[in-house]
Amino acid sequence: MSAQLLQLICFYAFAAVAGISALMVITLRNSVHAVLSLVLTFFSVACIWLLAQAEFLAIALIVVYVGAVMVLFLFVVMMLDINLERMREGFIKFLPVGIVVAAVMLVEMLALIGVRAMHVMTMGPDPAAAAGMSNTAWLGQALYTRFLLPFEIAALILTVGLIAAVVLTLRHKPLTRRQNPGDQVRVSNRDRVRVVKMAAERPQESES
Amino acid sequence: MLSWNDILILLPEIYLVAAVCVLLLMDVFIREEQRNATHWLAIAITAITGFLVVTGQPPQGLSAFGGMFVRDRVSEILSLFALISVLLVFVFSRPYLKDRKLWHGEFYVLTLFAVLGVMFLVSAGSLITIYLGLELLTLSSYALVAFNRDSRMSSEAAIKYFVLGALASGSLLYGMSMVYGATGTLDLAHLHATVAQTDMPNLLRFGLIFMIVGIAFKLGAAPFHMWLPDVYQGAPTATVTFVASASKLAAFGMAYRLLSAFGPGDLLHQWQLMLAILAVLSLVIGNLVAIVQTNIKRLLAYSTIAHMGYLLLGLVNASPSGYAAAMFYAISYALMSTVAFGVIMAMSRAGFECEEIDDFKGLNERSRWMAFLMMLAMFSLAGVPPLFGFFAKLLILKAAVDAGMMWLAIVAIVAAIVGLYYYLRVVKVMYFDKPVEGVEIKPQGDLPMRWMLSLNALALLALGLYWGPLFTWCQQAFAG
Repeated sequence: MSAQLLQLICFYAFAAVAGISALMVITLRNSVHAVLSLVLTFFSVACIWLLAQAEFLAIALIVVYVGAVMVLFLFVVMMLDINLERMREGFIKFLPVGIVVAAVMLVEMLALIGVRAMHVMTMGPDPAAAAGMSNTAWLGQALYTRFLLPFEIAALILTVGLIAAVVLTLRHKPLTRRQNPGDQVRVSNRDRVRVVKMAAERPQESES
Repeated sequence: MLSWNDILILLPEIYLVAAVCVLLLMDVFIREEQRNATHWLAIAITAITGFLVVTGQPPQGLSAFGGMFVRDRVSEILSLFALISVLLVFVFSRPYLKDRKLWHGEFYVLTLFAVLGVMFLVSAGSLITIYLGLELLTLSSYALVAFNRDSRMSSEAAIKYFVLGALASGSLLYGMSMVYGATGTLDLAHLHATVAQTDMPNLLRFGLIFMIVGIAFKLGAAPFHMWLPDVYQGAPTATVTFVASASKLAAFGMAYRLLSAFGPGDLLHQWQLMLAILAVLSLVIGNLVAIVQTNIKRLLAYSTIAHMGYLLLGLVNASPSGYAAAMFYAISYALMSTVAFGVIMAMSRAGFECEEIDDFKGLNERSRWMAFLMMLAMFSLAGVPPLFGFFAKLLILKAAVDAGMMWLAIVAIVAAIVGLYYYLRVVKVMYFDKPVEGVEIKPQGDLPMRWMLSLNALALLALGLYWGPLFTWCQQAFAG
């Protein structure tokens, strides 16, 4: 079997896994299973990117989405039901699905390593290789030169997301007890100590 | 790569970003009682950006950042009118927001970010800039729709808008990816040049269809209009005024930038046909469903759908004169809807939303001037001469006839006559019905708002009488 054919087979296999698992994200009724399918989707897409020699994007997808965002999602979904007994139950219950997802990922990784070991480069033109740079260096250079404007607009979108999140969730309820650092700093000795003038009187005899 | 020239071309946008950041920081440090400073600073920022857009203009089209950003007359006019409508939104909404305890600095910050998105969108030279400009605009809009977070209606509207908006963005992005796959370019000018020679015409066609779905959603054209009535009804009226004015200008700009890249040739006829179908559906659904509405914000939402139908008729023509007519229509719609929603905001007060058509009963007896302004807006929306809306409709019909689509023009005329009924109903209720007992409606609002509202409404009359210069300006934009 030629290396190119193997690469093609891998591409279609990864694409099929990505498509099927994406479908499962919206069809599965169990939300933990759905999140696990989404992890598999991201992982398969990352595999396709690795096939296309886009190493940085693939690693970023794994590290950021699978590693951070999806794990957070998983925690949130699991925490929605705070019953601890059921959570322990769930751990065992979700184990088979987790193992299936992990097994598919392992197969994908092995296939990928097999293809990459053959050094085929056939998935379209590779501007990074043409420029004699690594993919990451090329991407960084493109982002800060040719794609500077979109990069900056994307930064603005993140800013808007941040502001929107604060606007929609920050609440100052009068009943909640909270510290006000501004008031704490601005406090003067008059607020803390009150000198009261009163007539002198003898202390009461203590009952001994 | 980044040259001094690029910065000069983008000066209005760069100024706006810097100024909004200053506004955001300033608002954090001022006290509640000093919020007026934020208000006036936001208005000043909008005005200065508008001034920079008009003055810093090279006469012919110029592109910056390797064609990512195009500054031409089209972007100049659309940006300018988007900024004008945002200015109107700021002036109109202060008393409304104050009454509802929504008067926070973030309203100004988010609205200005949204208008920045509009400016990027209408000046986009590449598919990436279009997508990012759109996201900047819509993300700010979602937050603005949900701004009244204690209201269930507002949150429901925001969730609907967000979910459907995400779907539409996904569709647009999917279409773009197909177009990129078929042509290998993201640059719109390059796409225009190479679109005829693609060896994958079917992929390109699929991409085009998905992109048109995205555009139709953003315009609010039927059958992608489902979000519009709920958003108009549920969102704070101040936000609706923005969504109905500046956002529509942006949607027109996006449609023009994207669609004009797919012509001339085989694909041109295909998108013309698709837009014609969208236009007919919007005209019919918008005008017919509006008749049975009892809530004036919902009524105006369905009227928006119908108006987007007219706007699409101008785009169907796909010639400079058709685009000019559509742009003229978008501008007229933006200025008309600010008046209509401005009057609604002026009539509302704390604890009372003047939303039902019945609330307008006998308005003439309570406030002759407000009734007159609302009448101007309604007549202009209906297309009664000699108001602004009439000439906008006339030019659109002319464009449709010129495109050889007589049947479309006839549908549009019939739809306009049907539409006249529900606009006139509002006028009839205001002038001939007795006020409902117990509903004490009195125009609220501060002095700047009333003056600006009057000015805005009288502009409809003035631009109806002297529409020539503005239309010539629009024509020049597409002539080059």
